[in-house]
Amino acid sequence: MTSSDSQTVAPETPAVESKVMTYLEAISEGLCDEMRRDPDVLLMGNDIGGDFGGAFKVTTGFSEEFGDRRVMNMPMTELGFIGAASGMALFGLRPVVEVQFADFISTGFDSIVQYAATTHYRWQAPVPWVIRAPSDGGIRSGPFHSQNNEAWFVHTPGLKVVAPSTPVDAKGLLLTAIRDDNPVIFFESKPLYRSLRDVVPAGDCAVPLGRARIARPGRDISVITYGATVHQAVAAAVELAAEGIDVEVIDLRSLKPLDTDAVLASVTKTGRALVTHAANRLGGVGAEIAAVIVEEAFEWLDAPVARLGGLDIPVPSSPPLEDAYRPDAGKIAASIRRLVAF
Amino acid sequence: MASQLTNGRRRELHYWMRLTRTLDDRIIKLWQQGRGVGATFNQRGHEAISVGAGAALGPSDVVAPMHRDLGCYLLRGMTPERLLANQLGRATSVTRGRDGNLHGCGDLDLNIIGFISHLPHSLPVTVGAAMSFTYRNEPRVAMTFVGDGSSNTGLFHESLNLAAVHNAPFVLIVENNQYAYSTPLSQQMVIDDIAVRGRAHGVRAEIVDGNDLEAVYEVTYDAVERARSGGGPTMIECKTMRMLGHAIHDGAGYVPPDLLADWAKRDPIDRFEATLLAGGLATQEELDQVADRCRREVAAAVEYAEGSEWPDPATILDGVYAE
Repeated sequence: MTSSDSQTVAPETPAVESKVMTYLEAISEGLCDEMRRDPDVLLMGNDIGGDFGGAFKVTTGFSEEFGDRRVMNMPMTELGFIGAASGMALFGLRPVVEVQFADFISTGFDSIVQYAATTHYRWQAPVPWVIRAPSDGGIRSGPFHSQNNEAWFVHTPGLKVVAPSTPVDAKGLLLTAIRDDNPVIFFESKPLYRSLRDVVPAGDCAVPLGRARIARPGRDISVITYGATVHQAVAAAVELAAEGIDVEVIDLRSLKPLDTDAVLASVTKTGRALVTHAANRLGGVGAEIAAVIVEEAFEWLDAPVARLGGLDIPVPSSPPLEDAYRPDAGKIAASIRRLVAF
Repeated sequence: MASQLTNGRRRELHYWMRLTRTLDDRIIKLWQQGRGVGATFNQRGHEAISVGAGAALGPSDVVAPMHRDLGCYLLRGMTPERLLANQLGRATSVTRGRDGNLHGCGDLDLNIIGFISHLPHSLPVTVGAAMSFTYRNEPRVAMTFVGDGSSNTGLFHESLNLAAVHNAPFVLIVENNQYAYSTPLSQQMVIDDIAVRGRAHGVRAEIVDGNDLEAVYEVTYDAVERARSGGGPTMIECKTMRMLGHAIHDGAGYVPPDLLADWAKRDPIDRFEATLLAGGLATQEELDQVADRCRREVAAAVEYAEGSEWPDPATILDGVYAE
């Protein structure tokens, strides 16, 4: 909009400019906006309060603005405090829980999959919490600070699972997750925290759950992915464009609900599909997506559906080992070349 | 402290204990006759705890009872009809056939939180409910019940610690009934009193005769009102005995008969009726009238539940998510 636009009217509240910010800053802004908007939103987690502001500094300054009452430092008891979040949610609050690393979410597993996920089906009481789970590797942090364990939760009825790949989606999906009346696991991508910047709209830029986006349009093959791997796929697509291969990249954004319509629309257009994610391949989310494609779009396929995931090993620490574990642009490009040549 | 119970209230609580026993006995009969669905759990011996502790709550307080707390569900307003329909998996039940027996019998309109088979999970959830009351400055209290078995879990300790750190308006009733399924206390712990586990976390912990209705009520009432006035959490260990098996299929042959015979002399309902008679608070004729009333109500509930529709499989997907 230009300053010469005569239709411009003053908004009721002072407009805040859209800003360039990191993926991490976008999450922080989403949390802050939602806490200012809704007094029922509160934060729980380890080391999130005070001057410390969390292991990744997502909640820096939050205690000062919102007080310890709404930024609750927890004892190191994920099972206990995720359970407590369910109790708060049953009585109308909207807790946003930070598990320090997605790897540690297993210590709260029963509270999530047995209690929160089943409650609405059993006795129709909503459990509106969000667990923010800093996930993914590539940062040489080893088996217990690098995991992508989203498949555990995608397999659990009653949960929603979100995995944004951009600053805009990180904020927009977080707003929607907090407002959702169901338990939502929000997988943040650690390697993107400070490496990725974009213009993020100010104010309410909520992005609906369960709707994928086309990260890059293309005609020859669909690469279906999410999280940090989206950027590896786009890099592969740029590389392959020089070879005359036109790659479409689908960023799922939500893993549960899964936007199968978007996946099928892309695959029926391109006739080829590669499903890739940083999580290990066996029993991963990609297996489900590949199965959906084969079941629903078999007659459109010009090549087998391929999966590219992490290896079926604990995530190793040392750089050459971790690099060998993870899919990257080079491995994605190689997989695409094989499929296109099929 | 002087008793908080009026004579009228005593007679009400007697009714709830008698209704609990009558419904429990009827459920056992239904299962013996092959009319049950799935498993069901026995209540005998626990009536003074579920009724006495539950009755100490005010209407806006919340409670997460477990599978031995039929009396608590009843006195909080969950009708025998809805509860029995849940036992029989009917569409008219609390969980619309989604969950069985007393599992999942939550109803926020009645301020009842449903439990899952992993029983200690009611602990952090109820602590969280209590923390939500603090957050909103509401003068409400949250209570839950677990058994001796749950007191061995890490979650028991995590929850008590969390309640202590947040000075939560939380009351925990531990029904120490000597056995976790077939495992006696001696194989579960070396301490004499589970109450020490609460004290270890800085939580006030009381020990009470779980077969003494008035004693359970009094100690729980004090705990509830202390919590309401900002005095923090309390744990109450109620010593009792599970008089039948873990569940309907379990003959409990592993329990020494002498132990059961000893506890049978301390039956909570017999004891309370003797107190009422001795104190001139009720006549035998009045007690008989209560028993008749309970039988009629339970018979009506059986008729309702067995006459209720089964859930329609076409609705099977409904309610996985809140819309």
